[in-house]
Amino acid sequence: MEYDCSLASGRTGCISERQNSIITTGKNKSRIHCADDSLAGAVSQRACVFCGARVVLNPITDAIHLVHGPIGCATYTWDIRGSLSSGSEMYRHSFSTDLKEKDVVFGGEPKLAACIDEVVTKYRPPAVFVYSTCVVGMIGDDIITVCKNASECYGIDVIPVESSGFISGNKIVGYRAAAEALMKLIRPKPGEIIEKTRKLNFLGEYNLGGEKWLIERYLNEIGIEVNVAFTGDSTVAALKLSPGSCLNIVQCTGSMHWVATNLEKEYGIPYLDVNFFGAENTAESLRRIAAFYDDPEIIRKAEILIEHELARITPEIDKYRKKLAGKRAAIYVGGAFKAVALIRQMKDLGMEVVVTGTQTGKQEEYETISGLLSEGTIVVDDANPAEIERFLLDMKVDVMAGGVKERVLAYKLGIGFVDHNHDRKECLAGFDGAITFAREVYITTCSPVWKRLKLSIGEET
Amino acid sequence: MQKGISTLRVKEVNENQCHMCMPLGGVVAFKGIEGAMVLVHGSQGCSTYMRLANVEHFHEPVDIASSSLNEKQTIYGGEKNLRKALDNVLRVYQPSMLGILTTCLAETMGEDMERIIRGYLQDHQGLEVDIIPVATPSYGGTHSEGFWATTRSVIVHYARRCVQHDRINVIIPHISPADIREIKRILELFGMQYTLIPDYSITLDRPYGGHYQKIPIGGTSTADIAAMPGAPVTIQFGMTCLDALSPGRYLEQEFGVRLINLPIPIGLDNVDQFIATLSSISGRPVPDCLVCERGWLLDGMADAHKYNAEGRPVIYGEPELVYALTSVCVENGAQPVVIASGSSCSKLRELLAPLMADLDAEPLLIEEADFAAIELAAVAAGATIGVGHSGGKFLTERHDIPVTRVGYPIHDRIGGQRIFSAGYAGTMALLDRFTNTLLEKKYGTYREKKRSEMNQNR
Repeated sequence: MEYDCSLASGRTGCISERQNSIITTGKNKSRIHCADDSLAGAVSQRACVFCGARVVLNPITDAIHLVHGPIGCATYTWDIRGSLSSGSEMYRHSFSTDLKEKDVVFGGEPKLAACIDEVVTKYRPPAVFVYSTCVVGMIGDDIITVCKNASECYGIDVIPVESSGFISGNKIVGYRAAAEALMKLIRPKPGEIIEKTRKLNFLGEYNLGGEKWLIERYLNEIGIEVNVAFTGDSTVAALKLSPGSCLNIVQCTGSMHWVATNLEKEYGIPYLDVNFFGAENTAESLRRIAAFYDDPEIIRKAEILIEHELARITPEIDKYRKKLAGKRAAIYVGGAFKAVALIRQMKDLGMEVVVTGTQTGKQEEYETISGLLSEGTIVVDDANPAEIERFLLDMKVDVMAGGVKERVLAYKLGIGFVDHNHDRKECLAGFDGAITFAREVYITTCSPVWKRLKLSIGEET
Repeated sequence: MQKGISTLRVKEVNENQCHMCMPLGGVVAFKGIEGAMVLVHGSQGCSTYMRLANVEHFHEPVDIASSSLNEKQTIYGGEKNLRKALDNVLRVYQPSMLGILTTCLAETMGEDMERIIRGYLQDHQGLEVDIIPVATPSYGGTHSEGFWATTRSVIVHYARRCVQHDRINVIIPHISPADIREIKRILELFGMQYTLIPDYSITLDRPYGGHYQKIPIGGTSTADIAAMPGAPVTIQFGMTCLDALSPGRYLEQEFGVRLINLPIPIGLDNVDQFIATLSSISGRPVPDCLVCERGWLLDGMADAHKYNAEGRPVIYGEPELVYALTSVCVENGAQPVVIASGSSCSKLRELLAPLMADLDAEPLLIEEADFAAIELAAVAAGATIGVGHSGGKFLTERHDIPVTRVGYPIHDRIGGQRIFSAGYAGTMALLDRFTNTLLEKKYGTYREKKRSEMNQNR
């Protein structure tokens, strides 16, 4: 018994409504249909508003993250990011108000208040984020008032995050909820003056595998100090100093573009888009930051660093390039920023990118993506497993980059896989990250297991 | 020594969860039915999180559709989206059975699932699919209860009065695919005909085949489920299962099928009960190979008993598994110091009492536990080993207490689906893992420990 999907001909996948969300570069003149609600029943790889908010805020290390709702939402997001901390480990705890039936019937506000009392008394945190979930939004708990009261009572920030899952299936909406919570957190109290400095804030950097630390080392070497990252390895106190920085560099634009524009509006801090994935991108980003500071010493040091690092890593990466030339890659990731970075890195390794997709890309981002790809490449928004399977097989993909759910699918098809998700443990940023990335691609694409798997089903390799 | 098992209930806030939500257990149970697909009626995030949890544990694609409710439908009702979801999932997956699990959102909205499904089927005459809804709001129970409730609902949907036959019913709790396979092997060694439900031994642990199957081969056949009322007897591994959720109790009350409730066959005493039951039902002696496996286990228990006696286990997880694991520890002289479960409606307390009779000190029992409470109790009691799922990782990371991983979820080690603990052979494998966890710690630390003790005494 085997259930083959009854497919329409062509590459349109199985559901006709999804047709406009899949294009082939060079062939379709039409624009991709994206950033819409997921189609019901389509087994989307997307998550929800709560997920988006939680992944953005969770790396704030010394805050308490309290999920107001029944147990599930907290369980599934307990310590899910690979964000590292140089200090507090509080963010790796998962707090839930664990609503039960009676709370849903009579309202969850008293339990929320009691839970805040408990965690503040036990841990004395500098801030508590209270995340609303579906049920809480549905029964209409007034979390704003509960948070306000607790905040006044304890003299700390208790910040509501409007993240009821049903608001949208698109994580971007959750990023915005998190961004609003962040803006609330950092807003100085009336009369409070934040000292202006020559430091920068690093937005959209989550310190996965210590990536923030590595980039900070580069910046320190060329004479620039980082105030705080939003939000990798950040503390509440450091975030509150962020209005005093002279520059914001923005990496993950999906989650942080709105914050950057608002920091510019409210505090007059300009921002630069940067990208530290891949050696070329890293070099270019360092040059742009140095140019902003307009200090000959910084510029000189940046050039020395770049020259030295490139000379060091190029022979290493060349070794992998030889092995990977001509291999065919597929990319399916959360945001467009990551997709763009991956396309560049894969191409730099001499590989051909034949499929690219995201969960949350926007129209103009898809245009950027299509511009980077050669003719005949499939570009897809909000794909489902059935579609991904077809693309991987039809396009004879050798290796895929994506998240956990895509990993097992690739393996089932005997295809290599590179983890580029938010719980990864490896540092893939900067010059050293470029070596690690090349090695990650190599060990999976050229693994000896695939030959044996393919032989077992009578396929030649 | 304390009298009776004391309990430490957690406070209002749940800090580091020991259990998962109700629909998750439902997903696993539905995946054990032949030709089944699952749809979660609620926000997109619920299905994605449950897929993620299952993918990390089973290392298999675990497709779960969602009705992707948004704000408007949350206010005006989700029927339209659910219908759309049904259209799409039935078209793409072509399941012979579709399980619909409600979320806390759908239940709070008060969705009338029976009515919506009836209406959908009326409008789609000739559709060859059975649609089974199960109410699984996250606030209503843990994944253990979701698993039982779903298994029961599937049986209620299909079971019909029928002629008596020889096939016995075997109803399992949430155990690993490897353990299901072992239970099936033992049944076959006794030459038994059986209907085991839910059978996800292959559907959630597929051999490599070069392609992804939208609905994998395997699972309990619905024709067999329909005939469960004609079975001579039901064996259910559900000592902790409440009667209201108990599939075996339903078959007994509704159709008069005799119910034998047994512990999961993990641990010598528990496997003996299972084997004795099979021997009595089949009228056959215990097959030679099982006699041999039992002998190996006894031999292994003797070899390891002094090492095991040094263990002070903290045991946690789903109630049914916790009961079996406690039994293993107790019969091997590793006296538990903390026993905990995220569930609260189990019968754990009364079941554990006889096992506790000969212990030197009563362990602490924590129901509705979170890991904040478990860690605190484990450290206070001087626990030296954890037995349970990956949620106990902080026991090791923060308190240097190693954990023998068993149960669900296993997301920080590979092979959750293959963890083998059932039968004599599985118990031997589990006991070896347990003993070796203790030994690895001992040999890694005893020289340094003794040296520092000596220095302190100088």
